[in-house]
Amino acid sequence: MSAKTVQMKNNWKIIPAFHPEFDLDRCDYENGCAVCVHECSFGEISLKPVKGADGQVFYRPWANMSACNSCQRCVKMCPQNAIHIAHQPMHSSHGYWTENPVSNIWRQAGSEGGVLLVGTGATGPQKRYFDSMMFDACQVTNPSIDPLREPMEIRRYLGRKSDHYGGEVGPQLELEVPIMFGAMSFGAVNLRVHEAEATATRRMGTYWNTGEGGFHEKLRHFGRNTIVQVASGRFGVSEDYLKSAAAVEIKIGQGAKPGIGGHLPGEKVSEAISKTRMIPEGADALSPAPHHDIYSIEDLRQLIFAIKESTDYHLPVSVKISAVNNVAPIVSGIARAGADIIAIDGFRGGTGATPLQIRQNTGIPVELAISAADRRLTEEGIRNRVSLVASGGIQNSSDVLKAICLGADAVYVGTPVLIALGCGACQRCFTGKCPYGITTNRPGLAERINVEEAAQALTNLLHAWAEEIKELMGSMGISAIEALRGNRDRLRGVGLNEEELKILGIKHAGA
Amino acid sequence: MCGIVGIINTDGQLIDGSHIREAIRIQRERGNGLGGGFAVYGAYPENRDKYAFHLMYEGDRSNPVIPVVESYLESRAHIHQSEQIPVYPNDRIPRGPYFKRYFLKPIEEYIAPEQTEEDYIVETVMAINRMDGAYVISSGKNLGVFKGVGYPEDVADYFRIEDYRGYMWISHNRFPTNTPGWWGGAHPFTILDKAVVHNGEITSYGTNMRWLEMYGYYCLLKTDTEVITYIYDKLTRRDSLPKADACFVMAPSLWDEIDRTKDRKKRYLRQIYGPAIVNGPFGIVLSHRGGAIVLNDRNKLRPVVCARAGNTYYASSEEASIRLLSPEVDRIWSPKGGEPVIIDLAEEVLQ
Repeated sequence: MSAKTVQMKNNWKIIPAFHPEFDLDRCDYENGCAVCVHECSFGEISLKPVKGADGQVFYRPWANMSACNSCQRCVKMCPQNAIHIAHQPMHSSHGYWTENPVSNIWRQAGSEGGVLLVGTGATGPQKRYFDSMMFDACQVTNPSIDPLREPMEIRRYLGRKSDHYGGEVGPQLELEVPIMFGAMSFGAVNLRVHEAEATATRRMGTYWNTGEGGFHEKLRHFGRNTIVQVASGRFGVSEDYLKSAAAVEIKIGQGAKPGIGGHLPGEKVSEAISKTRMIPEGADALSPAPHHDIYSIEDLRQLIFAIKESTDYHLPVSVKISAVNNVAPIVSGIARAGADIIAIDGFRGGTGATPLQIRQNTGIPVELAISAADRRLTEEGIRNRVSLVASGGIQNSSDVLKAICLGADAVYVGTPVLIALGCGACQRCFTGKCPYGITTNRPGLAERINVEEAAQALTNLLHAWAEEIKELMGSMGISAIEALRGNRDRLRGVGLNEEELKILGIKHAGA
Repeated sequence: MCGIVGIINTDGQLIDGSHIREAIRIQRERGNGLGGGFAVYGAYPENRDKYAFHLMYEGDRSNPVIPVVESYLESRAHIHQSEQIPVYPNDRIPRGPYFKRYFLKPIEEYIAPEQTEEDYIVETVMAINRMDGAYVISSGKNLGVFKGVGYPEDVADYFRIEDYRGYMWISHNRFPTNTPGWWGGAHPFTILDKAVVHNGEITSYGTNMRWLEMYGYYCLLKTDTEVITYIYDKLTRRDSLPKADACFVMAPSLWDEIDRTKDRKKRYLRQIYGPAIVNGPFGIVLSHRGGAIVLNDRNKLRPVVCARAGNTYYASSEEASIRLLSPEVDRIWSPKGGEPVIIDLAEEVLQ
């Protein structure tokens, strides 16, 4: 008798925690509706034949239980509202070895192996400091200001300022709302998304950022609302590219993956992307982890001035870093190296693809980083030399204003842009299968973005947040947003310990 | 709520303190007995070439910080005269901290090459203010500041301000709203020859204070008004900004208007001095060696009335104070929000 071969592969089987459920009473499958099947770009839904009462064969939708991560696309597109997403996590009886650690090990030991990849920002349980801070408001001794009756100014200028009358002011970015769209590259998102971002920022008087994937020729007329990036891969960088923009940003790091480079797989490098990035079609686009010509601060200085020389000193140069412990001295060094703007991206910042372990465990919250940076620059008497931009996990207009109170001049938002276009934060941007047509260039999917509707949605978002910011300022008795930058006295901490309060520079509520 | 009064004689005619005592007394409704104060320009003609340091020491003359301050002062300045400031305790203010004044000149060789004499004095003031229990109440030439906890007329009687004569007086009646009523927290707030009385609450304090720290101004008196004095000093003395421009920085026109008028200088000022904008309601009289400035917040959230009668200008939270001093005036008006009234003394007075 021969020994039975042990089949282990089911040991690692993971049934996704989410799957669609269909209310067949509502579902229109009997009339041949199969919208959900076509809408799901992950192949989660198929059609299954069923016999009707008179023996006729119908095809009903069927969850394959293999690919759903609750992007909600099918739910939103179902003409009959017949779908909901069921959440069925793998329940372990163990209090410590719960779903995530267990299924991650199964994934690595079983079929997938290697480094686990995810899209979007960190999901971990770390404290969201924004929620532990509340605004102060005016009562009795100080009238609040009604933004419907009184002018409320939220314009910001970003760039190098003099610290005395008569001193020189560097080139400035003029923001009518203190919110810019953060870097998301062509390749990571498609051209339609870029065009929508460019259109909305032009309408609202602010800026969007091309990311590191170049600046498509078709959109160059949006240059004066565009920040172009120079990252370690140098994709698409030319003199024309630099000069086509309102500002140039050197990307050193990104909150979702501090110290990690990027990788756009060759299959995503289409003809348009190849031209814009200036790399061969079908070739992997690799961004090294560091810039191989920047191994320290003096090298950064050379790149900053190389860019300034190439653009005749007409454009502000920004340097984007991920928020790390040593952020304060780093920022001081970057300011002294000649940067006009420094963007600090907290660990909640989004991405198209990042190793899971990096995303969840590297970097620090932007709230702490921006406060530390602002304090250090002030202590050194050079705060006027640079503008600070905060990003990474900003979820709403209050977060924007809290970041400003902690020392930011303005903010970048990225994930909110995607969500405004429909994104359900399903964390699979890197697959190229984005069902909303955002983080994909696939024909048939990218067309799901209608540029005009998308631009309107982004305009709406900026407009809504601007109005909310004015309301918040009015309640604080502030009529010009420059009176809030670094104004920690307008914030109070709730449930924070002494060390946290000290770093944020705020008092506890009631104090 | 608070009350302010300013009397400015542009020809340098001296009047005694009884007038302003009355003018601020009738605004009693605007205060609550937790602060009153006065600044008088022209108070020390015989020592007019020396800095008059008014020091407030917490407790009494046994405060151990006194010898520390005095030896510090001696290490930096020639003290030509020092004396206790006479006080007259009464049943409304039975006691107060210990006040002393010093007439001094800096030791010139100690002034650093990159410093002006006035920078050196500011540095001295900031150093003393950071010592526990000692506060420089005023540090200008020919300027005296008297302030304390009580209604302003009680404070006036405590110091007998009618014994002082000056060509410019400002005063304050306090109704504290954000910080405790304490002697150092009464107005005016001063640095060098500048003194400010303020009705309002400064919501931009946190931004202003941090900006000032970059230039060696430390806000230690627990009251928001302090920042106005220092901002004005930084702008006009250190950066040589004209008075009107300094007022523009604190209460600028709207960006829309700057865009419309294409005023490059105003755009520049607002860009570089953004953190010096003063937000929140305020009405202030800011006096300095050469005159005074009256300024309201951009939304005009506090009352200020100005008037002129001959060579005397008045500014007040209430018209009644002006009419009390001068029933007939040549002109009386309420300045618009953000539009400064700049009163300059005649050139001869400054000689």
